[in-house]
Amino acid sequence: MAAIELQGLAHSYAAHPSTDADWALRELDLRWREGGAYALLGPSGCGKTTLLNIISGLLHPSRGKVFFDGRDVTPCEPRERNIAQVFQFPVVYDTMSVYDNLAFPLRNRGVRREEVDARVRAVAGALGLQSSLDNRARGLTADAKQKISLGRGLVRTDVAAILFDEPLTVIDPHLKWRLRSELKALHQKHGFTMIYVTHDQTEALTFADEVVVMNEGRVVQIGTPAQLFDRPQHVFVGHFIGSPGMNLLPAERGPDSELRIEGRRVPLLDRAQPLPTAPGSGGASQTAGSMRAVGAGSLQIGVRPEHVRFADVGLPVQLDRMVDAGHVRILDLLHGAHRIKMVVPEEQVLPPATELRIAFDPHYTHVYADGWLVS
Amino acid sequence: MLVLENVAFRDGNELHIHPTSLSLVPGVVHALLGETLAGKTTLLRLMAGLTQPTAGRILFDALEVTGQAVQKRRVSMVYQQFINYPHLSVRDNIASPLKVAGLAANEVQRRVNEVAALLRLEPYLDRRPSQLSGGQQQRTALARALVKDSKLVLLDEPFANLDYKLREALRDELPRLLAGRGAVVVYATTEPSEALQLGGSIAALHEGRLCQFGRASEVYRQPLDITTAQILSEPPMNLVRAELRDGRIALSSSLSWPIPEALRHRADPALWVGMRPHHLSPGRHRALVQVQGRVLISVVSGSESIIRFEHEQQPWVCACPGLVRIASGENAQFGIDIDRAMYFGLDGKRIATPPAAAVSQAGLPTGVGALPAR
Repeated sequence: MAAIELQGLAHSYAAHPSTDADWALRELDLRWREGGAYALLGPSGCGKTTLLNIISGLLHPSRGKVFFDGRDVTPCEPRERNIAQVFQFPVVYDTMSVYDNLAFPLRNRGVRREEVDARVRAVAGALGLQSSLDNRARGLTADAKQKISLGRGLVRTDVAAILFDEPLTVIDPHLKWRLRSELKALHQKHGFTMIYVTHDQTEALTFADEVVVMNEGRVVQIGTPAQLFDRPQHVFVGHFIGSPGMNLLPAERGPDSELRIEGRRVPLLDRAQPLPTAPGSGGASQTAGSMRAVGAGSLQIGVRPEHVRFADVGLPVQLDRMVDAGHVRILDLLHGAHRIKMVVPEEQVLPPATELRIAFDPHYTHVYADGWLVS
Repeated sequence: MLVLENVAFRDGNELHIHPTSLSLVPGVVHALLGETLAGKTTLLRLMAGLTQPTAGRILFDALEVTGQAVQKRRVSMVYQQFINYPHLSVRDNIASPLKVAGLAANEVQRRVNEVAALLRLEPYLDRRPSQLSGGQQQRTALARALVKDSKLVLLDEPFANLDYKLREALRDELPRLLAGRGAVVVYATTEPSEALQLGGSIAALHEGRLCQFGRASEVYRQPLDITTAQILSEPPMNLVRAELRDGRIALSSSLSWPIPEALRHRADPALWVGMRPHHLSPGRHRALVQVQGRVLISVVSGSESIIRFEHEQQPWVCACPGLVRIASGENAQFGIDIDRAMYFGLDGKRIATPPAAAVSQAGLPTGVGALPAR
C-alpha cells in the first residue's frame, strides 16, 4: 500500500483552456496517507472521476504531478502503477466460475495455490459469495456480478491502492447498507489505501476516514464525516451533506454588526439551560449573546434541520408540511418567504400549531459570507 | 379513483401478480414499495393498460376499463431511464402529447410554459435533451407526463438514476407539484425512506403479492406481518426467536422482559420479536431493557451512526442519531425501546404491535402528513 500525493494538479479537456470553466479540475494539492480510506464526493460533473482517472493513470493531467510513496508516477501507465480498480458496472469473465474470477488477479501474478485459496475464500466470505463460488458468472444477477468485481479489486494485498468508481450503483438498495459496512470492515482489517468516488453522501461518509467534497472542479472541503456535518466550510457542503441539507437563511448586519434575519435577531438557544425536548419543559429563551459578523460580502446563517428546536421565545414560523419519515419527522416551516426544515424524533410532542417558534443550537449555527464559513 | 378488483397476472405457469385489490384516490402519492422483482413494474403496467390482467377487473371512476387500450385511458408514465425525443427541443418534447391531442397552438404554448415554470425548465426550452444534465432530462420527461390532463400518473422509480441530492430535491417537490391536479399518482420505489417521505400511502409488495396497503405511517408502525415490517425497515429489523416462560419473554439466556399485556393470553410460547434498528440506542439507559454485544463494525452515515453487533451468536443492528464512536471488537451495551418492539407468530403474522398513540399528533392541524390542500 502506498501514500499518495498530488502536487499542483489541474486538468482541462480543452486544448487551450482560457476561462475557469474550461478546467474540469482546478489546481489542487492533496496528501493521502498509506492505508487511509478516502472518498471523493460531489454531484455529476464536479471533477471527481477526472481526479480518479488521473490517479489511476487513465488520464494524464494538464498540469501537476502524482506521487506514490514519493515516487513520481505521473508519466506511468495504469499497469505500471500497481493499482486495483472497481468500476460502476461489473467487469467479470462470464465463462469462468466465481472462484476463478476472484482468483484471476492472484494467479496472474503467480501467487501460491494455498494463498490464492485462502484469499479467495476470505474475500468471498466478506461479500457473501461463499455459496456461489462454483457457479459460472454467466447468468448471475447484476448485483452478484458486481460483488465479484468488488472481490477482484479486494483480493490482492500487494497493490498500491484500490480505486472505486461508484461501485454500488447496480447493487440492490436492500444490500447496499450491508456492503457499505463490509467494505469498511475490510479496510479496518487489511489497511488498504482506498479511494472511493461517489455522489452519494451516505456511501462516502460510511466508507471514508476523510471525505474530499468537490463542486465545479474545485475541492470545497476535506474533512472527517463529523467535520463535514458539524462545521461545513462552505454552504455547498452544508447543503450537500445531510438529508435534508443545511438551512441557509439570508442575514443582514444590524447596528453593532449584530446579525439579523428579516430584522429579527438570530434566535439562539440558551445552552446554559437544558435543551428543551417538549414545549414548556425547558427555559428556551434567547440568549444575551448574539451572532456578529464583520467584513464584506452577502451573509447567510446556516443551521442544520437537526439543530433547530422549538422554543418559547424565537423566530415565529408556520407549519407548511410535515412528513413522517418513520424514526423521525421532517417539518417544513415558513418564516415569511423563507422555508426552514426541522427534524424531530418520532416520539416528540409538538407544540400547538398556532404558536410555533424556533431557535437554533448555538454550537452548530454558522455564519457564511459569500458562501464561505466565517469563524 | 382507480380500483383494482382481484387483478392477477399469469404468464404460463408463473403467477407474477397474485390476486390484488386496491382503491387509489387522487390527491396523495401512492408508493408501491418492494425489492427488485417484487412486481412493482408489472403492477404499474396493469394499471396503465400496457399489460392486460389474466383475472380481475380494473375500474376508473366507477367505469370498467379492463382491456381498454392504453391510448384511451389518459395515462402518463415516467420511467427510470430518461425517455425523451432526441431530435426535438425540450419545448417540443413537452408539447408532444398536446399536439397529438390536437390542441390549439396558443393553448399548447400556455400549458408548456406553465409546466416548464413548475419544473424550472424555462431556461432550457430551446435545447435538445442531449444538451441537458440527467436531472434536467428527467424533469423534461416529468413535464411531458404532467402537461396533459392525465387521470393517472405512473412513476416507475423515476429518480433512481439521478444524483442523490437531486433525487432528494425532486422527491421533496413532487407532492407539491402534483397537489391539486386531481390525478391518481402511483410511484414505484425500492427505498423505504422514499416511500415514507412521499407522505401518502404505501402498498408493500413482496414476490408478486400485496402484503399491506394503508397510510405510510400506519404501514410503518402497524405492519401486519414480518415481511411488511422488513420491507419498511432500513437497515433490516432485528428479528429474534423468543419464548414465553415464567411471566417473561426470553430472547436469549441474558435478555428478557416481562410479558406485555397483548401477549398475556397467548397459548403458544414460541414467537418472533422484531425491533427496528432505530429503536435501539447505544449505552446504558435506566428506562430501557439492556442488551450486551460485541461490536462488529460501527459506521457513520450522514447524521446517524449504524452499529452492527453480535449478541449470543445473533447479529443485531443499532441505528442512532449523531456520531457514535465504538471500536470493532468492543463489548458494548445497547438499550431497547421495548414499547416499540413488534411481536409475530411463527407464521409471520403480527400478534401485537406498539400502540398507535406512541406518536402524538397533538396540536397539529388535521390532514397534515398528507398533502396540504391548496
